[in-house]
Amino acid sequence: MTNDEIKAKVLAALAAVAPELEPDQLAPGANLRDELDIDSMDALNFLVGLSKAFGIDVPEADYRKLSTLDAIVGYVAARIGKR
Amino acid sequence: MNAVRAMRGKAMPYEPIVKLPGALRVPPNLADYAAGRAAFTWEAARAELDGLPGGRGLNIAHEAVDRHARGALAGKVALRWLGKAGAVDALTFARLAAESSRFANALRGLGIGAGDRVFALTGRIPQLYFAALGAWKNRSVLCTLFSAFGPEPIRMRMALGEAAALVTTESLYRKKIAQIRGELPALRHVLVVREGGALPEGTLDFDALLAGQSDAFEIPPTDPEDMALLHFTSGTTGTPKGAVHVHAAVIAHHVTGKLALDLHPDDIFWCTADPGWVTGTSYGIIAPLSLGVTSIVDEADFDPERWYEILAREKVSVWYTAPTAIRMMMKAGADLARRQPLPSLRFLSSVGEPLNPEAVRWGVEAFGLPFHDNWWQTETGGIMVANFAAMDIRPGSMGKPLPGIEAAVVQQDGDGALTVLEAPGVEGELALKRGWPSIFRDYLGQPERYAKCFVGDWYLTGDLARRDADGYFWFVGRKDDVIKTSGHLIGPFEVESVLMEHPAVAEAGVIGKPDPVAFEVVKAFVSLRAGHEPSEALAREIMAHARRRLGAVVAPKEISFSPSLPKTRSGKIMRRLLKARELGLPEGDISTLEAGS
Repeated sequence: MTNDEIKAKVLAALAAVAPELEPDQLAPGANLRDELDIDSMDALNFLVGLSKAFGIDVPEADYRKLSTLDAIVGYVAARIGKR
Repeated sequence: MNAVRAMRGKAMPYEPIVKLPGALRVPPNLADYAAGRAAFTWEAARAELDGLPGGRGLNIAHEAVDRHARGALAGKVALRWLGKAGAVDALTFARLAAESSRFANALRGLGIGAGDRVFALTGRIPQLYFAALGAWKNRSVLCTLFSAFGPEPIRMRMALGEAAALVTTESLYRKKIAQIRGELPALRHVLVVREGGALPEGTLDFDALLAGQSDAFEIPPTDPEDMALLHFTSGTTGTPKGAVHVHAAVIAHHVTGKLALDLHPDDIFWCTADPGWVTGTSYGIIAPLSLGVTSIVDEADFDPERWYEILAREKVSVWYTAPTAIRMMMKAGADLARRQPLPSLRFLSSVGEPLNPEAVRWGVEAFGLPFHDNWWQTETGGIMVANFAAMDIRPGSMGKPLPGIEAAVVQQDGDGALTVLEAPGVEGELALKRGWPSIFRDYLGQPERYAKCFVGDWYLTGDLARRDADGYFWFVGRKDDVIKTSGHLIGPFEVESVLMEHPAVAEAGVIGKPDPVAFEVVKAFVSLRAGHEPSEALAREIMAHARRRLGAVVAPKEISFSPSLPKTRSGKIMRRLLKARELGLPEGDISTLEAGS
């Protein structure tokens, strides 16, 4: 999977919890919690969505690594690359 | 009496957690519940405060900062602020007193005076605390709003509260205030905390304004019954209700901080609640400051690893948090909690919604300490029922009434008369006898709704509960349709109204759907206007609309389409029936149901 493909799937998972999101207005390095006004339940649901979308298990301990779009794409790329 | 028998027959699902008061590292403030209750008087509690010099009354800000800033605690850290990006600011009592005086002088200069409503919509930044304390000094009324609210809940509350001034930040102003400002004619001044950009047109620079003010401000005479705080809460119907609290509430904040949270002078206290909610002002600002205790303020949102680091690094000794956060930490596992030793931690407490027994016990597994659940609400202003440091915990119970608080399980008869249900185990409405200083004095501008909360001397809480034979209270449910989610109360009407704004929506009914983490999540049922078909895309579009208008904390997390919604003959949507259907429960008496739905 290319990084662009990963990014598209990440954005789809994000749109499932925060459909008001306008992807082109989201800076790749911006902190998602701050930019999107998502609450902690949204954050949890998003990570569950990510796990499903990529068939990976995202342990809660890794949540901190997933604060920006870039960070999430990098994380997913590394995780699926390792399988 | 069937209920009584049923309860007696039910074995306690979790063994009590037995306390040995003598073995506690710090002698508890309430060492013997019965004796402490018998000896307690509100007069004695009032005597722990100073009052304004010269007998000029009672003012929250004087008790919280000025009296300490003039004494031995002047140089003590009152708030240790932890910024999102790692900055730290140790705000002493002297500094808080000075900055809040600057804010009070600024308000006075702007013509904002006694009784005027000063709103705050910010994250947890130092300026919020300066503004809160400064507003009280100026005898203005503080109303804090949660920064994750969308523009509509903000507009509604500012209009109902007749906001005269607003403190906010540059980004929140642009995202949420600019678009509604034209609808708030009473709003005279907006003070903006800058974040590196240009100052929005029509606003004042908060920091620059304060820099030009004197740091001396003499608090004018303050009647203990003067309005100090306005906290909005939600009902089943109609607009949000602005619960009015007065300066005398500080007596209850002070003494409940001592008795229910067991705060001692040397504690490092961390109340994780945002001051946009009542817990974050009563126990995130007033109680610890009044007690001269150092508090942690973390600007960042919930994150288990960050929280464990804060507990360890800041040597937190007393921690007051919420069930949703605890359950999220449980998901992350006790191992993460145990990664670093927390030798300073000695008392854990929780409020927001009932703490399940598993979570109470998980505290022992993860921290070697149980969580102490307590119960109160916006209207009560302070903790009313609690599990105490020196009292055995019955996991799942909210505990026993605070000294000075009389609680009962009651039933209202058809003619409105009240019966106190004395027999143990019987379910009824939780009621509190009025007479404590932090009870709300009104719903702003809605005296008839206020009056409905009382029968004689009893305040009816709207929560259903039972009391066991030993005096422990147990939460059963809500009497009305208000939704408890992540520690917040959400009024279904407010959500339904915004859903109905969407052109495709004909009707909307909103319920709390049980959730293992958030207690309940907001779920909406909608029927569509002719010409619209249910689809995933439309559900998302409606959800996006709701989130833009209401914000993530209030908007539904789930939307379900239904050809029509069940209604009473008078046309009211039957939320209880929607909920029963959602849960697969018997639908009960549907005799008033509209034919055909």
